[in-house]
Amino acid sequence: MEIIYNIFETILPFEFIQYEFMKNALLAIIVVSPLFAILGTMAVNNKMAFFSDALGHSAFTGIAIGILLGMRNPLISMVAFGIFLSLVITKVKSINTASTDTIISVFSSLSMALGIVILSKNGGFAKYSSYLIGDILTVTPKEILLIFIVLIVTIVIWYKIYNHLLLISINTSLAASRNIKTALIENIFVALVAVAVMLTIKWIGILTINSMLILPAAGARNISSNTRQYHIITIITSLVCGILGLIISYYIDTSASATMVLVSSVFFFITLILKKISK
Amino acid sequence: MTKAHNSCGLCRIDIENLKVTSGQDTLIENINLDFHCGQLTALIGRNGAGKTTLIKAILGEREYSGNIIYKEHNNNEIKRPRIGYVPQHLIFDRNTPVSVIDFMTATKSKRPVWFGHRKKERENIIKQLESLECSHVIDRKLGELSGGELQRVLLATALEPLPDFLILDEPVSGVDINGLDLFYKTVSKLRDNYHIAILLVSHDLSLIKKYADKAVLIDKTVVASGDVEEVFKTDAFKQIFGFMDMEK
Repeated sequence: MEIIYNIFETILPFEFIQYEFMKNALLAIIVVSPLFAILGTMAVNNKMAFFSDALGHSAFTGIAIGILLGMRNPLISMVAFGIFLSLVITKVKSINTASTDTIISVFSSLSMALGIVILSKNGGFAKYSSYLIGDILTVTPKEILLIFIVLIVTIVIWYKIYNHLLLISINTSLAASRNIKTALIENIFVALVAVAVMLTIKWIGILTINSMLILPAAGARNISSNTRQYHIITIITSLVCGILGLIISYYIDTSASATMVLVSSVFFFITLILKKISK
Repeated sequence: MTKAHNSCGLCRIDIENLKVTSGQDTLIENINLDFHCGQLTALIGRNGAGKTTLIKAILGEREYSGNIIYKEHNNNEIKRPRIGYVPQHLIFDRNTPVSVIDFMTATKSKRPVWFGHRKKERENIIKQLESLECSHVIDRKLGELSGGELQRVLLATALEPLPDFLILDEPVSGVDINGLDLFYKTVSKLRDNYHIAILLVSHDLSLIKKYADKAVLIDKTVVASGDVEEVFKTDAFKQIFGFMDMEK
């Protein structure tokens, strides 16, 4: 860690970097941004913005289950419930394609309400409200390492299954004709999204995590014409918006994740204008 | 009379007793069909008759009971048949940043397309596209192609590697009648030049009459099958499609 801290101090001669929590937050963003960017490219292709939103909301139930089971750290129950919910939604989607939005909305409401009901019993909800907007300044090096491992695993899986995922997102029957196990590949993808969301939701926040996943990719696709550009632009903007958001939030004393989302939104509108101009 | 083509006609695909259910509902049942190389078979039926379900079963996308057996000319079974599929349309929105080369490479290479494309891969794709006279679209986004261009790209993709069974879903939108006629001509040429069986889901009866060798009419099960003209003469056909002026 010391080495990384020293590097930050050398290349960033600003006031904020002298604080250890800012160094950790910066490092966390450098690890989380590419992870969300990569998963976001496909989430946007598959029109899953609503799905990831539901996943975020379900974090409360994950925490509640952990508490009921007497876990000190509910991370495991959050991840497990997140994976469970994403697999269920994917299954229901595949059976009934008519009203996906409504179905996801029902799951989203249910899992959020259930979590809040359990957690608010005996009036103890206040200590969980920090999950709503998250606080990246509380991240610890150990947690960053965990996300880093998830990032590496994601990249490996992305290398292995990307072409298959792409074909499924274009046409499921076509993918099936190429002997692709469509259900399995889709499940791997949604489970990955669930893991990434649940492991980071504590610092990014239930209300803002979906924007972190969707906005950079949504902006990048306005100005990309192929898959490679799409990936590169999404990753770079995700990183830049994340870092910029963190720095701005330090100087104007606001929530880091919400500020990052604001910066990403500005980027999105810029790409929209660029797209209009290039037409 | 069955039209003869440059193919052995011995390779065959047998569908035996195929049945697909969804919960309590039986979508299709008792489907018994055979397709031969060098033959263009048209699959017809009203909306909801089970055409898509049958195709999805053949593609392995839906579970079914019964058998689908692929046989070589010497009667040996092909264990892992190659199926080429041209979908009716693509579901993504036109903005999706997937170029033609991205899409085509994804169907045949394990190397993820976000890595970029090797020179050799690119040359191969150009060759594939050239055979259908559309190599100029290689770097365009899929969403920017016209209906006809997209269809040729999909067809070029389905032909690599050369399939044992080629399944085509006729587009219902985005391709005008001239484009459709051209598409049918291309498909007929494929049938004559390559050693493949072709199944075509179609809505255009006059084009079927002009190009197909056989027709299969389904309505939950096979109601009629055989030479196109004979199928068109059956009562079942007349009931579903009405009395059409078949002379045009």
